[in-house]
Amino acid sequence: MTIPNLVGAGLIVIGAGIGLGKIGGSAMEGIARQPEATGKIQTAMIIIAALLEGLAFGALFLGQ
Amino acid sequence: MKIVLNSIRFFVIIATALFATTVYAGGGNKNDKDGGQVSSAEEVKEYILHHVKDSHDFTLWSYTNDEGERKHVGFPLPIILWTSNGLVTFMSSEFHHNDDGHVVVEKKGLRFAKIHSKIYELEPGASEIKFDESHHATNAHKVLDFSITKSVFGIFLVGILMFIWFRGLARQYKKKKIPTGFARILEPLVLYVRDEIARPNIGEKHYRRFTGYLLTVFFFIWILNLLGLTPLGFNVTGQIAVTAALAVFTLIIYLFSGNKSFWGHILWMPGVPVLIRPILAVIELAGTLLIKPFSLLVRLFANISAGHIVVMSLIGIMITMKASMGAVGSTLLAFVLSFFITLIEVLVAFLQAFIFTMLSALFIGMAVEEHDHH
Amino acid sequence: METLLNDFSPGLFAMQTVLLLGLIFLLVKFAWKPILNSLNDREEGIKNALESAENAKKEMQNLKANNEQLLKEARAERDALLKEAREIKESIISDAKEEAKEVAQTLIENAQASIQQEKQAALSELKHQVAELSIGIAETVIKKELSIKEDQLELVQGLLEDVTLK
Repeated sequence: MTIPNLVGAGLIVIGAGIGLGKIGGSAMEGIARQPEATGKIQTAMIIIAALLEGLAFGALFLGQ
Repeated sequence: MKIVLNSIRFFVIIATALFATTVYAGGGNKNDKDGGQVSSAEEVKEYILHHVKDSHDFTLWSYTNDEGERKHVGFPLPIILWTSNGLVTFMSSEFHHNDDGHVVVEKKGLRFAKIHSKIYELEPGASEIKFDESHHATNAHKVLDFSITKSVFGIFLVGILMFIWFRGLARQYKKKKIPTGFARILEPLVLYVRDEIARPNIGEKHYRRFTGYLLTVFFFIWILNLLGLTPLGFNVTGQIAVTAALAVFTLIIYLFSGNKSFWGHILWMPGVPVLIRPILAVIELAGTLLIKPFSLLVRLFANISAGHIVVMSLIGIMITMKASMGAVGSTLLAFVLSFFITLIEVLVAFLQAFIFTMLSALFIGMAVEEHDHH
Repeated sequence: METLLNDFSPGLFAMQTVLLLGLIFLLVKFAWKPILNSLNDREEGIKNALESAENAKKEMQNLKANNEQLLKEARAERDALLKEAREIKESIISDAKEEAKEVAQTLIENAQASIQQEKQAALSELKHQVAELSIGIAETVIKKELSIKEDQLELVQGLLEDVTLK
């Protein structure tokens, strides 16, 4: 692995981390506001997180 | 109870087969990379990378006996190759655990060597593999390898296990309304997949057709993920070929069950200016045909592989930190860290199976959804 | 990407495809279909049982209402019967009274009539006797004292008057 590769991987992880943080944070807020919708929010959160994860992994592997 | 007994019997048979073949000598070559004792950071890394890959024999553990010979406990698996000379089969024990191409096996007038868990066919006339500077074989090429590798063995194992379990559950319903014993654990799981994954994502009208596939995939991935956490050392869902096959199944299912409005929305998106439609069609096609299955296959592969690497690296602390922390300290640290990460991995094992099934259901749901408002 | 492609084993891919296809086929045929069918049947059964319980409850209520209706009707009928009986009793009593009155009336009338008759008979008898008596008297008077005409007449007159007065 060369240095640009590693830097790119770091950037991807930073971006994915911010994204996951936002998803998780918003989901928590939503659950706090409407505890009765917990199940639905969790499912939606997992789906979005999974899509983001796929994107991040795709980028990581493409850069490798 | 019957299901549990059957499963236990199955495992006993497997274990008997395992120990009946058992101990067989390694190459005797002390320079063998995978056979030797692991004692440095570099070797730990090598060992982990070797583990994450598929392997052609089932090794449980290795040890060095009094004469300084490496012994491997496990059993060989059959190798099935499609070569330039047709089908060739032999047992993996003929490679004597060598993984860097030094042992050459001759069958049907062809010579084979194994390098990093891949089997190469030597060019005619060559008797030994030659490598270039970047360690690529120069006088050999890969062959199509349909061997019963450790992963294929694991797939068989899980397939038989699933068949025993769910056939047992299905049989119980003939006699009683509510299953008893182990099947009682399986029933809510089946209901969970049907009611939480298939029904809400595909829709009340079509979900029945796809529930069988989703149930199979869910339990297949979950059980294999959990099997990967046992010391048996399976890494089936961390093989990109396996996850790719799963993703291709989902792709084919949603492509072939897609209705008119699904294809309409991909190829000629309604409600946007005509000039933009071809551009959108290209994007949508790429998304449907490439990105969706690619994200499915890469996610599962990467999560499981990463899990295995992390757990094994934390166990490796035992060796790499021995010098600075002492044997007891490093073992304790390695145990605590790997224990907690293994707990997380148990969760991940379920989560990845759930996400794969969930997204498959979602994609299928998008394909069969009916748009009445256009 | 290179490492990914390098790791990808077409043989394993093919094996996995074939095995998964077989597994899906076997499980759908021998496990999922019977399991899902019996789960569906069970759910339908529960639903039906609940529905029939609801129906039974409704029927019970209907029955109860019916019973009450019947009871009410029976009570009304009983009341009507009692009322009728009372009326019949009263009418019988009043009829009896009427009849008794009539009978008494006729009896009285009969009695009066017979009294009248008796009286008449007695009167005529009396008259007859008076006439006979007067004739007798007259005979005796005639026989004894036909000498004084005026006296005689006076006597006769006086006698007759007496007789008629009585």
